[in-house]
Amino acid sequence: MADTLTEPTAPPKRQPDGTRQRLADRDGFLAWIFLVPTVVYIVALVAIPFFMAIAFAFSDVTAGNPSYGWVGLENFYRVFDDAVFWQALGNTFVFTAISMVLIVVLGKVLAMILVADFKGKWLVRFLVLLPWTTPVALSSVTWLWLLHSIYSPIDWVLRNVGLIEDNMYFLGRPGLAMASVIAVHVWRLVPLAAVIMMVGILSIPDDITEASRIDGAGFWRRMFEVTIPLTFPLIAVAALFGAIFTFTDMAVVYVLTGGGPTNSTHVLASWSFVRGIGGGDIGQGAVIALFLFPLLLAAAVLILRAVRKMETI
Amino acid sequence: MSVTVEVSNLVKQFDGGDVRAIDDVSLAIEEGEYLVLLGPSGCGKTTLLRTIAGLEQQTSGDVLIGGSVVNGLPPRVRKVAMVFQSYALYPHKTVLANIVFPLKPEKLPKQERESKARWAAELLGIDLLLDRKPRQLSGGERQRVALARAMVRAPQVFLLDEPLSNLDAKLRASARDELKRFQQRVGTTTVYVTHDQAEAMGLGDRIAVMDKGKLRQLGPPVEVYDDPADTFVATFIGSPPMNLVPRDDTLVGFRPEHLLPAAHVSGERVEVSFDVDRIEYLSGDRHVYGTVTGIGKDSRVIARLPATVTDPVTPGESHAFAVNVDKLRFFDAESGLRSEPVRVDAQHG
Repeated sequence: MADTLTEPTAPPKRQPDGTRQRLADRDGFLAWIFLVPTVVYIVALVAIPFFMAIAFAFSDVTAGNPSYGWVGLENFYRVFDDAVFWQALGNTFVFTAISMVLIVVLGKVLAMILVADFKGKWLVRFLVLLPWTTPVALSSVTWLWLLHSIYSPIDWVLRNVGLIEDNMYFLGRPGLAMASVIAVHVWRLVPLAAVIMMVGILSIPDDITEASRIDGAGFWRRMFEVTIPLTFPLIAVAALFGAIFTFTDMAVVYVLTGGGPTNSTHVLASWSFVRGIGGGDIGQGAVIALFLFPLLLAAAVLILRAVRKMETI
Repeated sequence: MSVTVEVSNLVKQFDGGDVRAIDDVSLAIEEGEYLVLLGPSGCGKTTLLRTIAGLEQQTSGDVLIGGSVVNGLPPRVRKVAMVFQSYALYPHKTVLANIVFPLKPEKLPKQERESKARWAAELLGIDLLLDRKPRQLSGGERQRVALARAMVRAPQVFLLDEPLSNLDAKLRASARDELKRFQQRVGTTTVYVTHDQAEAMGLGDRIAVMDKGKLRQLGPPVEVYDDPADTFVATFIGSPPMNLVPRDDTLVGFRPEHLLPAAHVSGERVEVSFDVDRIEYLSGDRHVYGTVTGIGKDSRVIARLPATVTDPVTPGESHAFAVNVDKLRFFDAESGLRSEPVRVDAQHG
């Protein structure tokens, strides 16, 4: 008994723990370990495909004959000679610009609804986020049925309300088909933008909102002079996310219209897929896909800038 | 222009809570008065201020500004200005734009707005900082910008929510002095919230002491200090707080500075025996801790001996101390409220 009292508790064991501690203490080494998975991921799935696309753009590789042969700018000439390419390029920008504006405006409205305090808030937030969590292809198939030329429930409602007499043929007319594609993009990306902007609104200290109320600013003035300037970086991030997802997406167009009617709704991604994979002309597909790069680069730079601005406010 | 502010039977209960943040408070603030709301955190003082501002709506009762009921009116029509604890400056706007902001609803020409803002900035000595952003300012400068923004519109009432608590101790003392002189100059009715009794004693024309949503006492600093309405006020105000000694069903209270070596107490006095444990020297004063016998139950108390009292006091020894009978205050042991004086055996010295 006396022994156990006088004996100090066992001294800290150095031997087995020692090596592990020393490893955990080496920050530089740990940094490498933690970074490796990301680096491998980026190299394998981004860098290699990107450089392969550049290489293919100057080659005569096809699905049937994968051996590499240098053809210079041949693929570029052939792509540029095709009117569908210019149509797809134009569509991509039109879709992106219009959806981006709608995504930001509707996202802002939705964000303001979501931060308001009301009963069942969590349920509404959950429902609002659903479109974003649904796989694009799946929701596009659903929309395909909603917009079906004969069985569309939207047509049915409009007909019964008395707004239309005949079916709308949403996906059968070039203008309406484009509007449908934009609508689906907006529908699926507004929740993401709303959540991003909601975070921005929630990050404004209550004091500042209250101070502006005391200072006599009404709803619109508070929104334009306080909320929007203070959350601008996050609005920019939401806008750029919307732009990137619309710009690079092919699933909506591919499932909804398949590029039709008569190639009028093709975008770069879907046209690249049709040419490169569907048609087997890997070279041309690569050239078309490369046109996505400049805009994505610009978007990435703008996002990083917005993030930096956020740090300085 | 200064006006009266009045709240009557004000009750505030937050949604989904049973606790009354403000519990039936009535008080009237006079024209041009500097009223300090003092109390521990959570006592409801900030809620009361925010209810006067219109940032919170009361559950029942009335708020009157300038004699008219403003219940349910939004802050901007109440013509009040508020300085927040955090200052709540607009971080993306320059100092000038911050100060101009409250003037915009008044539909003045732009030049007039700016000259008003410059006048306010000059008054507070920040006219050289107008182009800076809030993040480039020190704490003291931010506080002045917040003050300039509050006064530029010439409000009817100033509401200040612990405006000094973010400043360091040294700056706080000088800012307190500035605030007081500033208010005397503009003469606007002011409600000032603080938990710091030194600020309250120094700034207030009157002090409203609050605890658990209730108004405990309303009076000038001297009255609140000398004649506390209950044991809460007695122990919340004063540092060290008032000593309370139980005697039957009464508490006998006396301030530490009134418990002195017997030779220093004249007139009708109560003589006690003071067993000293410990002495602290604080800026010239001696704070003496020990047990007192002779007033009621033996209790631990504190005596504060000013620098002019040089009698030797030794820890571990018993000394003859006394309290002047006029300085004794009596409280009901159960309710804590002031009660009739009871006879404590007194001698003439």
